[in-house]
Amino acid sequence: MPYVVTDLCNGCRYTECVSVCPVECFHFDDQMTYIDPENCIDCGGCVPVCPVGAIKASHHLPSDKREWIEINRRRAAETPVLTGRLAPLPGADERKQAILQR
Amino acid sequence: MISAAARYRVAIIGAGPGGFYAAEALLRSGQSVSVDMFERLPVPYGLVRFGVAPDHPKLKQVTKIFDRIAGMDNFRFIGGIEIGTTLPISALRSCYHAVVVASGASIGRRLDVPGERLPGSHQAADFVAWYNGHPEFKHHAFDFAGEQAVIIGHGNVALDVARILAKTPDELRHTDIAAHALDALAESRVRDIYVIGRRGPEQTRFAAKELQEFAELADCDPVAELDGFTLPAPDANLDPEAQAAFGTLRSFSNPMSTRRRRCIFRFGLTPLAITGESRVERMLFRRSSGDGPAKATINCDLIFSSISRRTAPITGVPYDEARGVHANSSGRITADGVALPGLFVCGWSKRGPQGTIGTNRACSVETVEHVLADLPQLGDPPLHPDSLLGRSASRMPHYVDYQGWERIDAQEVARGVAKGKPREKLVSLEEMFAAADGGPACRPRACSA
Repeated sequence: MPYVVTDLCNGCRYTECVSVCPVECFHFDDQMTYIDPENCIDCGGCVPVCPVGAIKASHHLPSDKREWIEINRRRAAETPVLTGRLAPLPGADERKQAILQR
Repeated sequence: MISAAARYRVAIIGAGPGGFYAAEALLRSGQSVSVDMFERLPVPYGLVRFGVAPDHPKLKQVTKIFDRIAGMDNFRFIGGIEIGTTLPISALRSCYHAVVVASGASIGRRLDVPGERLPGSHQAADFVAWYNGHPEFKHHAFDFAGEQAVIIGHGNVALDVARILAKTPDELRHTDIAAHALDALAESRVRDIYVIGRRGPEQTRFAAKELQEFAELADCDPVAELDGFTLPAPDANLDPEAQAAFGTLRSFSNPMSTRRRRCIFRFGLTPLAITGESRVERMLFRRSSGDGPAKATINCDLIFSSISRRTAPITGVPYDEARGVHANSSGRITADGVALPGLFVCGWSKRGPQGTIGTNRACSVETVEHVLADLPQLGDPPLHPDSLLGRSASRMPHYVDYQGWERIDAQEVARGVAKGKPREKLVSLEEMFAAADGGPACRPRACSA
């Protein structure tokens, strides 16, 4: 039961997750990061460091987010590994404030 | 593997996660750096091998990353050499531009209550090392003849200890648990396992996911005694993980007791004393929160203290007694607050025993940023590591390189196959050195089990 990045990441892409992943299982594109389920070792270390709470255990996903299990699997296969932090996307901080105030 | 001589040489002390991630950050920096990783045991991986519970195999897959780091150019593993005893830290400092200490936190913290030294009272850290086959703990004896065990502490190590006590031999048989531990635990008569914390159920350090594993045990019911503890206000500023753990604990509060063993979570109890004639018989507590009498007594035969760990001091490295780590300022080792040039620290021996395996990655990256910034200012050391490691070096005893470890690994995996285990660990230094040398692949005594 690996962890998955959900659409809450899309548009922020803070990449705090990458700095604490012990196995480099994060991949990325222009919008967000994805977890490679084949390499994730279920340590859960990325969950508390995400500023917007975008990462969830796959078995804790609400039904309307379950599609992200397959999206992570597919996009991780299609995108490069991220080995270090990136600058957050423009507007990430405003977006985070909006998410946290929901 | 060593390519052309690197401009800078860095020694890392300790082959656990902190040490490996420091090596990776150095070797990926783009600077011309070589890394020699010193480890006091002949085997690498630190707490991934000797700390992570045998029934958590997925976490141990992180060793594939460590192997990849060990395969990078300019990396050497020097196992079986303890810095501070076999080799003084000054000898390293005279051969390397910089030394990074990543020695972990190997010592369990004491409860500091009367009776703590009675037979039957143990450090959880020692029990963990024992069931994981640490060579220095293979002769530790744990007596499982009594029915009541108490674990003090509400963190994930306490959960590991409780789970190993709670599981049946069949649940452990196909893990990499040390053979001596599996044999001893198979005879265990422990029935009630108390997991006791000073604070309330909303303030534990449990990972909710690891707590949830207690709902799936073959022969043990989880029980959480939550009387007198109310739900915190919705706006209370709770750690989300602690909140999730509280939710799991609430699902344990109306238990059906149908199985042979029980794991009982109790809260708001501060240890006062351990008493008994010639060994542990009971433990006394003061109630710090929740309902009930001001004091509580639990009869027990076995006690594990799992309240925290601290770093073992190393001669020649300043120590911060209050924090239980090498004295440092964000990774630079300090004496009386002043950074010592060329001496650094990362991992648990820098920040204490917190976080997941990957937390050490960010921690080591931070330290290595300081190392890289300082390297150009640090003078070339007077000696070359060959003076320590070369065949003519008189002070350096036999050591194990990464190929030697791979031979140990192959032998452990081969020994495990017959038992349906991922590996059967070698638990004596003598066997480890023999296997590393490619000696008798399977000596009669080593394989008779």
